[in-house]
Amino acid sequence: MIDLDIGGYIEIIIDWLTNNISPLFEAISAVVTTVIGGFESALMWVPYLIIILLLTALAWWLVSRGIAAFTLIGLLLIEAMGFWEDTMVTLALVLTAAVIALFFGIPTGILAARNKVVEGIVRPVLDTMQTMPAFVYLIPAVLFFGLGTVPGVVATVVFAMPPVVRLTNLGIRQVQPDVVEAAQAFGATPKQVLVKVQLPLALPTILAGINQTIMLALSMVVIAAMIGAGGLGGQVLRGITQLNVGLGFEAGFAIVILAIVLDRITQALGTGRQGTKQ
Amino acid sequence: MAQLQVKNLYKIFGLRSQTALEMAKDGKSKPEILEKTGCTLAVDNATFDIAEGETFVVMGLSGSGKSTVLRCLNRLWEPTAGSVMLDDVDIVAAPDEQLRQIRRTKMNMVFQHFGLLPHRTVVDNVAFGLEIQQVAPETRQERAYEIIKQVGLEGYGDMMTGELSGGMQQRVGLARALATDPDILLMDEAFSALDPLIRNQMQDELLDLQEQMQKTIVFITHDLDEALKLGDRIAIMKDGYIVQIGTPDEILTQPADDYVASFVQNVDRSKVITASSLMFDHPSRIVSPKDGVEVAIRRMRKMGISSLAVTGPKRAFKGYVRIDDAVKIQKKKGEGQTLEDVVMKDVPRTHPDTPIAELLPHVMESPYPIAVVDDEGRLQGLVMRSSVISEITGVENTDTPATLEDEA
Repeated sequence: MIDLDIGGYIEIIIDWLTNNISPLFEAISAVVTTVIGGFESALMWVPYLIIILLLTALAWWLVSRGIAAFTLIGLLLIEAMGFWEDTMVTLALVLTAAVIALFFGIPTGILAARNKVVEGIVRPVLDTMQTMPAFVYLIPAVLFFGLGTVPGVVATVVFAMPPVVRLTNLGIRQVQPDVVEAAQAFGATPKQVLVKVQLPLALPTILAGINQTIMLALSMVVIAAMIGAGGLGGQVLRGITQLNVGLGFEAGFAIVILAIVLDRITQALGTGRQGTKQ
Repeated sequence: MAQLQVKNLYKIFGLRSQTALEMAKDGKSKPEILEKTGCTLAVDNATFDIAEGETFVVMGLSGSGKSTVLRCLNRLWEPTAGSVMLDDVDIVAAPDEQLRQIRRTKMNMVFQHFGLLPHRTVVDNVAFGLEIQQVAPETRQERAYEIIKQVGLEGYGDMMTGELSGGMQQRVGLARALATDPDILLMDEAFSALDPLIRNQMQDELLDLQEQMQKTIVFITHDLDEALKLGDRIAIMKDGYIVQIGTPDEILTQPADDYVASFVQNVDRSKVITASSLMFDHPSRIVSPKDGVEVAIRRMRKMGISSLAVTGPKRAFKGYVRIDDAVKIQKKKGEGQTLEDVVMKDVPRTHPDTPIAELLPHVMESPYPIAVVDDEGRLQGLVMRSSVISEITGVENTDTPATLEDEA
């Protein structure tokens, strides 16, 4: 049998990357640090009651009175458990990872929808990103970026980006062909077809992708905490390592509450407003 | 001059289209090409001209290549070979920007399943073509409302298209195509998705609109009745090639082959065949006052008929003269009466474009042939009762002008 040492090759590549293109990693690191720092200080600066009321109002406007009540009580509960700051750190991490994932994911999805070759390349890459166990790329992420929030964000982006790429691609491809043909028959340029026809019609699907990306980002917070990302994930991790079941559950509940609030609100962006419009 | 000239147009789907094209040009059949190259020959050497203001219908069953031909005209699908000349521009060879310019200003399209933007209101859909041309919002809204009124959608402008019925939606599709005032309208099975009553109504409205607009229309349909009703000329397609091109009359009366014949056999011919295709024009059935009474009587006796059509200068139709009246004047020669004095003016007459279904009551009542008279009052020919009946019953018409007529 042929004996291939793939692991060995990958180690060589990782070593080479670490030694030779560290300026790139430093630049990425700087950008991520700035974005997450901005989110964190903004979320910390605003008094918690105002954030709670704002989110409650948003839930009321976009979703329903019930979800608004849940938001109010849930977030107050987080505060009462003493996790407000951790929650804001986690929220900043999730938002940063989501923003980066969308920034790259939506254009990639558009390209994949318009070009079969791009789609052919992107699909296996997405499969890898989604199924490769996160722990495997956690270590190189630490090698590249050092311990802390930045590798946590990078790992989260890797894990959370696929849904928005896939659903953007799907959304555009599902636009009825005769509508696209009609636009072309009226002399629309490819850009006009994209902006005036494909994106508006794909919007609900794209928003579902954004929702999924945010939810996946949230599910990564504990793993990200293993390399020093902090926040609620850090508290869960402490609960586990200290065998402090109560602490673990408390922080876990806080994550669940945050997840439900984010999910309901972003989901309503996709379906709710579209629904009331028609 | 023809506005749109399609020459040797081929469209082949598949990877080895060039090989397939060579085979098609060598006259190989569609299944043969499919087997050898895996390519589908969708349009096989289509050549036709469309005149300005003409409604040209391309008719065929599904898979006959009719929609493909249409999509090759504005290059929604790239033709594999051939040319499409619009005025003096070859659309097939036009660069992208020029092609878009042609699509924006010269030819627009109406789709079977409407192809409307569901996230927009009716007026924004209608204004879509103008929006693509970057016309200012106020101007295009104004124009859109104008067209909306014209197609009978007044008051629906601010509704979402999803709230409208199929017929209404296709009016929006038609309005959208008309809004940019194109020279040519491409209509791809535009009414096929509508239920029969609405379809009929839309056909009538299209005919009315066409009367005012005089656009060049290329209309695709699988429905022969629709083709006969709308088309000035009809092209019948089968397996990618055009079997026959002709006026509705020609298609019905002289089908090019068994395929076309089998198509047309179930048509209600009486609604399609017009007086002009049934009439005959023979000097022995007509007399002019200056020919005199003698000539008139001799003609009637020789033919064994009891009346003749009387025409003045430039074949202006005057009426009929009966044999007994002619004989009366002949007997009273001295009184100076001429044929003109005994002409019966109150006789049935009709226009060349009248369908024979409308002639039927007249032929049944009148003892005389029906005079076909054009807009200038000139006699074009005569329609016999027997030819109307044989046409409607579908029995081969063996009438010749020389045979005995059955009138009293």
